[in-house]
Amino acid sequence: MRKYSVFAVVREAMRGHKGWEAQWASPEPRKEYDAIIIGGGGHGLGAAYYLAKEHGITNVAVLEKGWIGGGNTGRNTTIIRSNYLYEESMHIYEHSLKLWENLSQDLNYNVMYSPRGVMMLSHNVHDQQSFKRHINANRLYGIDNEWLTPEQAKAYCPPLDISKTARYPINGAALQRRGGTARHDAVAWGYARAASDRGVHIIQNCEVTAIRRGPDGRVVGVETSKGFIGAKKIGVSAAGHTSVVMQTADVRVPLQSQPLQALVSEPLKPIFPCVVMSNSVHAYISQSDKGEFVIGAGTDQYNSYSQTGGMQIITHTLDAICELFPMFRRVKMMRQWGGIVDVTVDRSPIQGITPVPGLFINAGWGTGGFKATPGSAHLFAHLIAKGEPHKFAAGLTLDRFRTGRLIDEAAAAAVAH
Amino acid sequence: MSGANRISGWGRLTPAKTARFTFDGKSYTALEGDTVASALLANGVHLLGRSFKYHRPRGILTAGPEEPNALLDVSRDAARRQPNVRATVQEVFDGMVTSSQNRWPSLALDIGAVNDLMSPFFAAGFYYKTFMWPKKAWEKVYEPFIRKAAGLGEAPKEEDPDHYAGRYAHTDVLVVGAGVAGLSAALAAAKSGAKVMLVDEQPEVGGALHYDTGVKINGKDGFTWAQETAAELKAMDNVTVLSRTTAFGYYNHNMIALCERVTDHKAKPGKNEPRERLWQVRAKRVILATGQIERHMVFENNDRPGVMLASAGRTFLNHFGVAVGQKVGIYTAHDSAYEAAFDLKRAGISVPAIVDSREKPGEAVLAQARAMGIEVLTGHAVLTVGGKLRVNSMTVGRHAGSATRKIAIDALLVSAGWTPSVHLFSQSRGKLRWDAETQRFLPGTYAQDSLSVGACNGTDDLQATIEEALAAGELMAKAAGAEGNGKIEITGEAPFSWTGGMIGAAEGAGPDTTVKAFIDFQHDVCAKDIRLAVREGMQSIEHIKRFTTNGMASDQGKLSNMHGLAIAAEMLGKDIPQVGLTTFRQPYTPVTFGTIINHSRGDLFDPARKTPIHPWAVAKGAEFEDVGNWKRAWYYAKPGEDMHAAVARECKTVRDVAGIFDASTLGKIEVVGPDAAKFLNLMYTNAWDTLKPGKCRYGIMTREDGFIYDDGVVGRMAEDRFHVTTTTGGAPRVLQHMEDYLQTEFPDLKVWLTSTTEQWAVIAVQGPKAREIIAPLVEGIDISNEAFPHMSVAEGKICGVPTRLFRMSFTGELGFEINVPADYGQAVWEAVWARAEPMGACPYGTETMHVLRAEKGYIIVGQDTDGTVTPDDASLNWAVSKKKPDFVGIRGLKRPDLVAPGRKQLVGLLTKDPNGVLEEGAQVVADPNEPKPMTMLGHVTSSYWSSNCGRSIAMALIADGKNRNGKTLYVPMADRTIAVEVVTDMVFFDKEGGRLNV
Repeated sequence: MRKYSVFAVVREAMRGHKGWEAQWASPEPRKEYDAIIIGGGGHGLGAAYYLAKEHGITNVAVLEKGWIGGGNTGRNTTIIRSNYLYEESMHIYEHSLKLWENLSQDLNYNVMYSPRGVMMLSHNVHDQQSFKRHINANRLYGIDNEWLTPEQAKAYCPPLDISKTARYPINGAALQRRGGTARHDAVAWGYARAASDRGVHIIQNCEVTAIRRGPDGRVVGVETSKGFIGAKKIGVSAAGHTSVVMQTADVRVPLQSQPLQALVSEPLKPIFPCVVMSNSVHAYISQSDKGEFVIGAGTDQYNSYSQTGGMQIITHTLDAICELFPMFRRVKMMRQWGGIVDVTVDRSPIQGITPVPGLFINAGWGTGGFKATPGSAHLFAHLIAKGEPHKFAAGLTLDRFRTGRLIDEAAAAAVAH
Repeated sequence: MSGANRISGWGRLTPAKTARFTFDGKSYTALEGDTVASALLANGVHLLGRSFKYHRPRGILTAGPEEPNALLDVSRDAARRQPNVRATVQEVFDGMVTSSQNRWPSLALDIGAVNDLMSPFFAAGFYYKTFMWPKKAWEKVYEPFIRKAAGLGEAPKEEDPDHYAGRYAHTDVLVVGAGVAGLSAALAAAKSGAKVMLVDEQPEVGGALHYDTGVKINGKDGFTWAQETAAELKAMDNVTVLSRTTAFGYYNHNMIALCERVTDHKAKPGKNEPRERLWQVRAKRVILATGQIERHMVFENNDRPGVMLASAGRTFLNHFGVAVGQKVGIYTAHDSAYEAAFDLKRAGISVPAIVDSREKPGEAVLAQARAMGIEVLTGHAVLTVGGKLRVNSMTVGRHAGSATRKIAIDALLVSAGWTPSVHLFSQSRGKLRWDAETQRFLPGTYAQDSLSVGACNGTDDLQATIEEALAAGELMAKAAGAEGNGKIEITGEAPFSWTGGMIGAAEGAGPDTTVKAFIDFQHDVCAKDIRLAVREGMQSIEHIKRFTTNGMASDQGKLSNMHGLAIAAEMLGKDIPQVGLTTFRQPYTPVTFGTIINHSRGDLFDPARKTPIHPWAVAKGAEFEDVGNWKRAWYYAKPGEDMHAAVARECKTVRDVAGIFDASTLGKIEVVGPDAAKFLNLMYTNAWDTLKPGKCRYGIMTREDGFIYDDGVVGRMAEDRFHVTTTTGGAPRVLQHMEDYLQTEFPDLKVWLTSTTEQWAVIAVQGPKAREIIAPLVEGIDISNEAFPHMSVAEGKICGVPTRLFRMSFTGELGFEINVPADYGQAVWEAVWARAEPMGACPYGTETMHVLRAEKGYIIVGQDTDGTVTPDDASLNWAVSKKKPDFVGIRGLKRPDLVAPGRKQLVGLLTKDPNGVLEEGAQVVADPNEPKPMTMLGHVTSSYWSSNCGRSIAMALIADGKNRNGKTLYVPMADRTIAVEVVTDMVFFDKEGGRLNV
């Protein structure tokens, strides 16, 4: 892999950028791999990268039915934060945030992690109690998260309307300064490039139609649109389609697949310095490096595999944004889109072993998977390599839905981003 | 004079009707009906903006909504300022102020243009490869710099004073686009008797007839026919024609969203006129007649001001009477551009040459060009153009490296052919098919009840378009149920039938890796960038798009997508359909947030719910808190009191005398039917068949998972009738939850559910003097302790109006809850208050209610529970029936983790320092000196100063809490650590409960 650097850019500029090589190779699949990861999103590609880098397992293929990073990795609103409530969540999201902080350097790929701060608005006593609970838990864990008065919130984000006459006046905010955004495509591409460099096969347009098991019940490989591919271990990281893939191995998973929509405005000069979220008014917003406002809210709340959604959801989201920022009513929506998120009953992810030997699952990230990408990938690689979860992922078992040991982040946050 | 380039006798505007406007501070005259673009061109202004990345000077490329370059800041006044307005769409009104964007210090001299010189370093995706050192510099240095350079217009900074409207409509047939095809289809559908809506984004109908002046329909000038047809349609009762209305979104089930621009073209909008109106139209059938968009030629410096689409040049000339130059060159790969040359020539404008990349243009246009004395260079290319702020020459040759010729021009009209507008078809989730012969994507498999007709369906011939449209109009009207006869005949004649077209880079665009031949103008994406993306391993068109940002600008690739795709396909050695197409998404053109939300703002954003007693509380100076949608009285401060003092006084008064409380927001559901008790047995953990009419009981509802979902007191009014109360926030979801089970799990039960939350006003009277206060007001109920003990309910009258009177308490005091029909709420409240006030009682708010219930250890679902708490965790196991065979949650409650020891359990906490009040949400630990991450045992759910106990009290969910009675735990705060003692008995006041039963 030729290293990226300002010198490389200058060198290539001098010769018409003729010397850049393909960021990742596109080989034909081998007959068999030590491990196959189903799903070429950030989580899957990252897991392949960490398998190669940290566990020395390089005979790995990532199988992607479309183009890498084309699912929720390339559709989300790129918010990163770790100020979750439960220890199980803090483990994984803070682990992830720490990896975000060095990811560009680690991958030699600028993923544009931008700790511009994530501010969650409190509108009533209930919000305040809930945010204080988060702030206190985060502080004792070692995660930054602080309470702001309305005036401090306004100082941090000047477009905010903190007037008492608003329908839902702001009575404070919780701010995680290390939270922020990153460039979603760069995450997929950066992992793909670094994984490919270590020998991982990235195989696009390769849809897995079935997981095959041997007489002893262990996985032996997958049927794909490019034929059978053998594998000793299989990790499924297929977001909204995880339940469909798992079904072929006779594993039922407690996931519901729902549309999640987002939109961007036309590009405007910088005016919005951070990420703002509101659970009560139900929306979140940031401004991208290109100048677009990136806006989202909750899921469409019905099950679907169609990457589109109803207009009423977008309408309600913009209602909320314009209520928080009345000055943006003249801004224009440029594009709206949808993805399919896999939601668990407790709004926390599943990462762990399955009843099928050799088959591992990483799913259920719902509306919040992007921020977890490096952490989830790192721990998923550990799981696949060792056959048992890392201590940070120990609570995310599939079994918890049977035992009732849920991690109910939904109880505290209606908008899970 | 409305500009030196206005040609008298040409165009359709009226010379006498003028309007003044400014551009970058300079004043200009326009004609009524001008767009900003046509008016500026009439005045010889070609330079309108700067590009996004390289800050290259940019002019006007198109005459329509696909415009990528000419984006202006347009304002009526300071608060009515709109960035990124397409000058080609915005109509001029008198007094309009416009200015260019993304330049400093001026449009002609823009410092940012240094980026253009530096552009070799700014190749596609360069930012992924650098700016990584030092680590902190991305956020602090590089990113702010990049953000500042990007972004085009300035965001509005004042609240928008305009208002917007919204309408819903149902129609049989919705026709999108009012060109030849749309008008024909609408006419046929309307004559069939269907209810028809015809919408078009332009001020006037006609579509391509705006410029295509050679067309005759029914023997008339095409544009005239279009206006007459529109008039005929408007006169029909079953037809709605909307102009300046863009169909921007095609959603599921034939729901089309329209944006109607109502006042943006008016100098003086009517006082009550909305600026824009959102239409959400549910159509039985949709006819898409959205036409096609011309493509530009891709060659070096094709972005210079003065280079524009041939159809745009014709529109400016034929509709607006504006010459886009005096020496206008043509560069084309398609016959249609020849007609631009003919029009210009007829208007007396010099056309130095038509450069045609094809060896064999259509014979008819070629002959006509020669007959008119226009030089045609077939098999030639414009290799580059000269001029910076405006094109001044074109360099023409057979191909790069061949002999070239430089021809002086002051404008260049280009055409690479036409792209069918399949945006709405694609949004409807229809599947496109690739037509290899004509090299274009056309509607293939339909996903919804719609049909595409005319140019957007790949139908080129005029008569064929008309016939296709008429047939579609008739067919769709019939399909929507119309039974009339829609047969009509329309004949059209066009002077030429067109051939030709190309996609991708022309000669002059490379294969060089340094030439700037633009594909996406706004985002400065060149042919070389697409090639670079492919070299870097991007094979999917989605990757290429995201890597180069091709098609991601505010025009969303209307001009650029096909060119980018073709170049990528060529590089990859694949056919175009193999490389794929990016997804078309809503909206077709950008839509104002204000339009989308329209009425939903301020009070209408989320209407506040207020109780019948609300005005009384306002008059008494209560502070309110938001609980769900409700405004609830929080506390009643007397002059000089802060919240703390007011709450302390209210708490004391209730226990010493009495207080009255507005409990109207509590959810109420009337559960009625022969199986009502059986149903409640299934929905709540308690047993209800044992509850006698006239009694009430506290009930707990769990979800299937066994966790507490809601709670409330349920009164049995009769054998078959229950009055169920829920938490304030839980009312809607509890009803939904019950309906869900009733309809899906227990459909055999004869039970009916009715929400009665807003039918009853509820007045809680609590305290030792409660009975004395209400006794004289109550008729027909013996409210003595013997006849009407705690947890009784009865119907009777109070103050002469019907009541359901509950004897119950959420304070631990003697208490009544008076339910009266909501309309009598305030009157009864005032009557109660008239009795209570002289006795020294007080009104109290939710904060006092919270403190009083906490003194008694009563939980609030949602505060002391959070969806992970079982009845046993909350010490409410007594309310879980051990005898019932089934209820929702019975199985969940038996899961291993729900019966495991050590669960988080609700307990009381007493601070060692009785004056210290814990923070709600504070975390509790056993070892305050443990390094981070600390082991957290749980958190404080409720915490108050209790004036009745004379100390602080708190409730907390603590791991293994029930086994920690008397143990010391710690609450580490940022500035100090607080020691607390666990008390498993959460009743802090009147432990025996004697005060309830007096």
